[in-house]
This record gives sequence, structure tokens and C-alpha cells, in this order.
Amino acid sequence: MTTTEAAAAIRDGGAAGGAMAAGAAAGGGPGRGVPGAVRAVRRWGFLLRRLGFYAAAAAAAIVLNFLLPRLMPGDPSSAIVEELQRVSGQQVPPETLESIRGIFGDPDQNLGQQFVQYLGQLARFDLGVSVVNFPVPVSELVLEALPWTLLLVGTTTVLAFVLGTGLGVIAGWKAGSRLDSILTPLTAFLSSVPYFWVALLALWVFGFVLGWFPLSGGYDANLAEGFNLPFLASVLHYGALPAATIVFSAFGGWLLGMRNMTVTTVREDYVLLAQAKGLSRGRVILRYAARNAMLPSFTGFAMALGGVIGGALLTETVFSYPGIGYLLFESLNKRDYPMMQGVFLIVTLATLLANLLADSLYVVLDPRIREAG
Amino acid sequence: MSAVRRDLLRGWKVRAGLSVLAFFVLLALFGPWLTASVPGLDPRANDLTAIGLPPSAEHWLGTTQFGQDVLAQTIEGTRGSLFVGFLSAVIGTALAILVGLPAGYFGGRTDSWLNFLSNLFIVMPVLPLILIVAGYMQGTGLWVIALIIGFFGWSGGARTIRAQAMSVSNRDFVLAMRTLGEPHHRLLFHEVLPHLTGWIAAMFLQGVIGGVMAEAGLAFLGISDSGAISWGTMIQAAQQQSAVLRGMWWWFVPPGLCIALVATAATLVNFGVDELSNPKLRTVRRSVVRRTRDRAGSAGSAGSADRAGSTDRADGVVGQSPVGSDA
Amino acid sequence: MVTQIVRDADRTGTGRTGINLTGARSVSGDVLEVTGLGVEYVTDGDPVRACAEVTFTLRRGEILGVAGESGSGKSTLITALTRLQRPPAVTTAGSIVFHPRDGGPAVDLVAASPKELRALRWTSLSIVLQSAMDALNPVMRLGAQFADALRTHDRSLSRDAAWARAAELLATVGISGDRVRSYPHELSGGMRQRASIALALACRPELVVMDEPTTAVDVVMQRQILAQVLRLRRELGFAVVFVTHDLSLLLELADRIAIMYAGRVVELGTADEIYDDPRHPYTRGLRDSFPPLRAPLRRLTGIPGTPPDLRRPPSGCPFHPRCALRFEGCDTHLPELVDAGGHAVACRLYDAADGGMADVGLPARTADGTEGRAERRIEDGIERRAEHRTEGGAR
Repeated sequence: MTTTEAAAAIRDGGAAGGAMAAGAAAGGGPGRGVPGAVRAVRRWGFLLRRLGFYAAAAAAAIVLNFLLPRLMPGDPSSAIVEELQRVSGQQVPPETLESIRGIFGDPDQNLGQQFVQYLGQLARFDLGVSVVNFPVPVSELVLEALPWTLLLVGTTTVLAFVLGTGLGVIAGWKAGSRLDSILTPLTAFLSSVPYFWVALLALWVFGFVLGWFPLSGGYDANLAEGFNLPFLASVLHYGALPAATIVFSAFGGWLLGMRNMTVTTVREDYVLLAQAKGLSRGRVILRYAARNAMLPSFTGFAMALGGVIGGALLTETVFSYPGIGYLLFESLNKRDYPMMQGVFLIVTLATLLANLLADSLYVVLDPRIREAG
Repeated sequence: MSAVRRDLLRGWKVRAGLSVLAFFVLLALFGPWLTASVPGLDPRANDLTAIGLPPSAEHWLGTTQFGQDVLAQTIEGTRGSLFVGFLSAVIGTALAILVGLPAGYFGGRTDSWLNFLSNLFIVMPVLPLILIVAGYMQGTGLWVIALIIGFFGWSGGARTIRAQAMSVSNRDFVLAMRTLGEPHHRLLFHEVLPHLTGWIAAMFLQGVIGGVMAEAGLAFLGISDSGAISWGTMIQAAQQQSAVLRGMWWWFVPPGLCIALVATAATLVNFGVDELSNPKLRTVRRSVVRRTRDRAGSAGSAGSADRAGSTDRADGVVGQSPVGSDA
Repeated sequence: MVTQIVRDADRTGTGRTGINLTGARSVSGDVLEVTGLGVEYVTDGDPVRACAEVTFTLRRGEILGVAGESGSGKSTLITALTRLQRPPAVTTAGSIVFHPRDGGPAVDLVAASPKELRALRWTSLSIVLQSAMDALNPVMRLGAQFADALRTHDRSLSRDAAWARAAELLATVGISGDRVRSYPHELSGGMRQRASIALALACRPELVVMDEPTTAVDVVMQRQILAQVLRLRRELGFAVVFVTHDLSLLLELADRIAIMYAGRVVELGTADEIYDDPRHPYTRGLRDSFPPLRAPLRRLTGIPGTPPDLRRPPSGCPFHPRCALRFEGCDTHLPELVDAGGHAVACRLYDAADGGMADVGLPARTADGTEGRAERRIEDGIERRAEHRTEGGAR
């Protein structure tokens, strides 16, 4: 027993004996008792550390994006400029040339100068010019596609999380029941199916055979874009099948994780005690079992999110959905390097942002903020 | 160890999973030879008299738009997909060990840096990353694709290895040997690493599946060896030839189903491994619980067993705890 | 250093409990009657009998200690008594009859419906678990964990009133009321354990089941907690079933003690009887495995062998493979718990019909006023216990 521990024990002990001297223990703040101010600092400290990590990760992504084309054999910027001239049949304007060289490397400059120029361009959100859609800037194409992807992937990720987590709690609570013994292996299968294959099947069954949904696109091209009811309805109609596909493929992973966590959590003493208190079953499940079982879902969010985003990008491709994924697919197929670079950068930054959001939510949900790395 | 292995093989999940995996491995090894010699089918041969035919006695799984036999292609694709899966898993697992093991064992600054590195790769969207790298490498073969997948797919495993290495490294026997001045490399590879075999095996399995899935995704986006056949290239070819719009489901259903089967099998095996390492996950079938109550009831030992049954059911939770878990 | 602390803490405690000694409250009647309770663990093979033919009664306001080694079925007994067990544990036999304080109809907990049970929980029957760290929900403030119990059983209670009541309850165990805003991890181990005792008393239960509530805290804190339990028991009059592996602790705390072995009660008697005159060879072994409190030091002897594997229990008396006094027939005949003047034992040594020695002039004993005695024992024993437990105790 160390001296401090002993001192704490005395203080604790003294307060225990002097039951009526209620203030004694709190005044001393013994042992792990932590005042609110310190707590707040710790909590913010955790968030700041995460923020620092994501800033570093974003920097790494930018450096990677800068280095990748320069690590490739040959001189990508000259190749792209040539390609641009071939496609457009005209001389590339000097500012476009400058922009392309900023991103893919300028043979006349050293790496340091190049990086400075690259950062300057990023600050102006100049991602170069698309080869295929010359002379449209990449940033414009990306900004056009981004809302579609955010809408599709954002809503489906949340939906899949809610659905999977909810069903996972039920399966875990009733572990060993018939529901569990059917649902769990079935989801193991569902979560093993590649997204784009599910997408193909859905397209074939509901689009081709049954004809309930359109086969491609994000909206009815005959309608005027804007906030009018027919257009929004067509967005819903076109988005339903891709969204259903993503939810269908993604919820299984959450379910299995949540199911196993719930099985482990319901055996915790605090759940037993909640039952002993005579609380209603719903309260025990929600506020005690599920509330704790869902925490690892947030720490594991980063790893799961990568898979979801990858899958969603592939799904967009199947449905020719006008989002980032389809843009990436097109740029890959047509070797549109500026677009590839731009899309990759945006997807990476968006993923980092989503992870930061999940981390912040975790801080709200778990008072025992522990730095897990 | 052998007792563990016996326990592992007892569960139906592990047995079913391993059987399916073994089947596909055998198919990858001997399938192509079998298809070539028995029905005399060549997955690459174009039969212009049989274009886009539905399944029939002659072509069990039908033919593609190019007049190729889908069954022969699926079998040949097993080889391509599993090759990429295994190679990428070998690379990914090796990298995960290389990063995770020293991080967990040495701790301190080494850990900070290595852990930062793996966290970096965890939060990066791996598929776009692989895509863009593969996009720069023109004319990629299956080898290169497996390499890239392995190179970018190690981070989750490294995290697991790190955590496990950390817990093993803090055990008394390792600490004692460290105090005695045993060289680090000996401790790392002869003492710590052997304790992680189970985790590494599970990781490798996940890696194989991840590799198969990633290859399929890449191929679907057109990044593949044009000459190679894998489940991914089949689906991609089907997509490109608008198999959906032609209603040629037999073209893209079999390869996808194979991927799903292999991945499900791996999930089942991992389930079994989880249940073994975490006994709390083991559950008792409710029918068994009921049977015990009924048996006790019919024996009429105290006349209250049937009533016991009605209340126990209300408890709602079935979970196995080790008998006599007085703690 | 350590001894000094113990003395200091002891002195404050002595003064306080000493004052309250006279305030003992007398209550009569039984609060719980357990008859022939059997619990089995379901497996794919043969079920495992974790508890068999457990029978005892608990008087109002009494502390009944249950002692046994790991695997003796004492934790199983706790979840069975409180009807908190989960499959694979299944109650297969017996009854647990609870007699409410207000003279309402007796309830058999084994047969009660989930709804009836929920109504009884916490208002009549509460529990303190071994580790308060694990027993408190880590993501809920302390006050909320009190409030949801209070408000479940008293719908008219407002949220604010429930939190205020939670603060009062914490104060009764010496924790400042503003700690209701704390999360469990922000409290020290001792505070958490006291908080969970306060929580158990939130709805004024008649019976509190305690599962080794002092195992996870240091000796000084352990003593403080036990003294508080005794004080609160005196003020509130609840009965306690106190389960532990530590017989020495029970000798100081409990009015009566049940010794469990292999899922059966092998001896049941007052604390003094168990200490002065243990009958069952196993009880004797348990008693002799820690230093005596008042008698001259004697050689400490353990019990040879290991607890039985309940999946393959020994035939006959489950203790016979480890028993130094076994004789012919012990491996075939299962002795029953035979009551002799309140001191019951399940051993063929005392069973005349079985050819046992049947000697023992049982010291005539009347159940005396028990509470003050227990507290005295605590005061007496604390120092010695502190010493022997710091050396490793029973685990």
C-alpha cells in the first residue's frame, strides 16, 4: 500500500464511520474521485487528441496524393497534357498546364517547390481539369457528384447502423432462441455477399424482371432539377434500389457485432442488478444492456466505415448513380488521372470527417473516455 | 492445444465452415484439370454455336455472351480468386505481424509510431486507395493486384496482433526472461509469437476473404488482368455485356454465390473461434433448457419444476457460464 | 504504517458503533423459508447439479452467513434465491417462500410470475453484488441508477425527488450527496461498494442478499463496510443472506452460518457453534485453515484434496474423498442434513442409524440476542483479521 493510497483509505474510512458527516468524503475527493472541471478537461483532451490524429491523417492523405503520381514511372503530367490536346484537338491553355503540373509534377521544379505549389492549389480547391470532360475543372465535377453520394451513403449508413444494431440487440438478448439461430447465420451469409453483386441481383429482379425501379441514374432526366415535388419524387424512386442494396449488404456486419457484444454484455453484473431492481424488461435492455453493448460499435466504426464506403462506391457503379463512386469508376476506365486524384482526395477527407464524428459521438456516449489509440 | 483443436472441431459452425473452405481449395487446385479432362471444357474457348445459352444438360450453368461455359469459368475463377486471396493474405498477415508485434512487445515510443501508422491505414478508405494505385499501374496482373491488396490491407490485423502481443508481453514469464537478458528477437519470435498463433490463423482467414472480395471489387471496376479469369472478372464481364438487361442471370449469379459461400464459411469459422476464446458467447439451445425442466418435472422431485419452468423462461437470457462459476 | 492506519480507523468506528449498541430493534418471525431447493446447469450432456436439497429458514432481521469454497454452489444459490438465474442454470426442485413484513400472503418465489417477482424486487428483496465496479452501470450517473429503481416502484415520485432521495441514501453510507452526479468510475472502490449497499436499501427491502461485497476492497474499508451493514441492519431491520468464501469473516458478522459443500448445506448452526463446535469434518477443516481469534495460536491445517467436479460428483458423501474421518459406507451413503437442537449437520458420524459414533453431547443452546454480539466480534476481530488477511487471506 503506497502512502497516498493509505491516506485515501483513511479519508474514505473516516467518512464511512462518520456516516452523518456527509461532506467529508467529497471534500477530500479521494482516490479516483474527480471533480467536474478536471473531467471536462480530460474529455476535451481526448477530443483534441483525436482531432490532432485526424489532422495528421489528413496531412498524410494529402502527402500521399501528392507523392503517388510522382512515384509512378514516366512523366504523368506531360502524358496528361498530351492526352488533353488529343481529346480537345487544341492547344492547352497555360493556366490549365500550370494546374496539371501542380498536381502531377513539374519537371523544372524540385519536390519542395512542387509541394508548396500543390498546397497552394489545394487551398484554392484547384484539383486540375478533367481529361474526359475537358475543360470542366475536377472540383466542379466532384462538387456536383458529392451531394448525391452524401445523400445515398449517409442515409444508408445510418439506416444500416440503426437496423443492424437494433436487430443485433434482439438476437443477442435472445441468444440461443430460434430467432437467433436463424437470424445470425443468415446475416453471416448476407454480410458475406459482395455489395455490387447484390446490386446486380436487385437490378435484375426489381429493375429488369419486375420493372419496379429504373435501371440506371439518380433522377428522371426529363424533369427539371430543383426543389419541386416531381423531381424529388424521382430522386426517391431512383435512389430506393441503390439505397436498399447498401442497407441490405451493410446491416449484417453491425448486427453480428452487436449480437456478440449483447451476449457478452447481458452477462455483466450491472444488467443482473438492473433486473434485480425490478426494472421493466425494456428498460433493462435499452438503458443497461444495449446502451453499453453499442459502445464498441463506435470504436470499430472506422474499420467498418471503410468497407461501407468502398461497397457504396461499387453500388453506385452498378446503378450508374451520379455520385462520387461512379465518377471514380469512369475516371478509372478512361484513365482520367486528374479526376482520380481529386475523387480520392475528397473521399479520403470525407471518410476522416465521418470518423471524427463517430469519435465525438463516442465521447458523448461513454463517460469513461479512454484513449484507445 | 490438441484439446482446443478438438473443442474447435466439435462445433457445427467450424466444421461446416472448414468443409466449405476445403471444398473450394480443392476446387482451385484440381478443378481446372478436372474440367479440362472429364467433360473436356476450356473456360476460354468461345463456342460460337452456343452464345448466351441458359443452363442446360450440355452446359450446366449456361454460356456467356462470348460462348464460354460458365461452369468451367467459375471453376477456373476459383483458382484466380483464391490465388489473389491467399497471396494478399500472406502479405497482409506478414505486415500485420511486422507492425503489430513490435508495437505490442516494446511499447513506448515504438508503439506510438507503429500504432499511429496502423491507425492511419485504418481510417483511410482502403478500396479507393487500392484503386488509385492500381489505376496508375497499367496492365496489372493478378500478382500485382494481390500485392497491392496485401500492402494496404494489414492495418486491422496489426491492431489485433498489437493488443494480443501486449498482453502476452506483460505476462510474468516474458517479463522474467526479459529481466534475465534474453535477446528481444528470441523472445519475440520464440516466446510471444507462438502464443498468437490462433489470432494469426483467424486473421489470415479473414485476409483471404478480404483479398477475394477486394479482387472482385477491383475487377468489377475494370482493374484486372485482361487474360485472367476470376470470380470478379466474370461479374465484370457480365456487367459490361449488360447481362442484367439481357436477363442472363446464370452468368453473374454463380461467381457471386461462390464469393458469398467462401466468405460465409470464413465467418462461421471465426464465429467458432470467437466462441472458444470467449466462453460467454457460447449459448445453450433453449430446447435443451426446456428438456431439462421437463425431465425434472416428470421426475416430480419436488413438484415445483413445472412452475420453475414458467418463471425461468421469463428471464429471457440464455448464456452458458462455466459450471460452478463462484467467483 | 499499515497497523497504525487500521488502529486509527478502528478507533473511530468503535466509538460510533458503541453508541448505537442499545438501539437494537427486535423483530420476530421468519422472512424466508427455503425448502429442498435444487438448481441444475443444463448442458448438452447430463445436467450438473450445482445446488441440491438446500433447506433453511431466515428470521426477520437475521444475518445468515453462507460459506464455501469456489464451486460449492454458493453463487448459484444467490441467483436462485433472488430468482435472477439465467439458463443454463435452472431451478429444478424446491420452494422459496417469502413472508412479507406487512402480513400479506406468503409468496413462493419459485412459482411467482415475472410480474409478481418484479413487484417484490428491491422493495422486498434486493442484492449487493461482489464487485460494485461491475454492478453499477458505467455509463449512467449514480443518481440515475438510484432514481430508476425508486421510480419504478413508486410511480408518484418525481425525477427531482428521486434524485434527492438518492443523495440522502448516499449520505447514510457516508458519501456526499453531490456524488449523485458522478459516474461509477469517478468513485473509489470503497465508495462504489458503499454506494451499491445504499442502492440495495433504496426501497427499504426486508431481505438483502450479499455476494461477498467486501472482497474487492482493502481490509480497512472492508471493516468499515461491515460495520455499516450492521448499523443499517439495526436501523432498518432487514435480514441478510451473506455469502462468502471467508468463514472467518462470517464468524464475526453472522448470527447463523450455513456451510456449503458440492452444492449442499453440510452444516448449519449459530456462529458460535460453528466456531466452537464444528461438527462436519469439512467445517472443521475450514475453521482450522485460518488463525483463531481468541484462543492460543495452533497449527493451521488446510483441507487436503480439491473440491469435487460437479459434473462427476463422488458417490455417497461428496466430501468422502477428502475426509480424514471417513469410514465404511461413506462412499455409498449420502448423509442428510439432520437437525439437532438448531445445529444441523449432514455427516454419518452423527447419524446413529448409520452406525456413526453419535457421541457428542450437544451443548444446549438458545438463540440469544445476536446483533450486539456480532458487532463485538467485529471490534475484537478486526486487528487479527487485518493481519491474517493482508497475508493473503483465503484466496
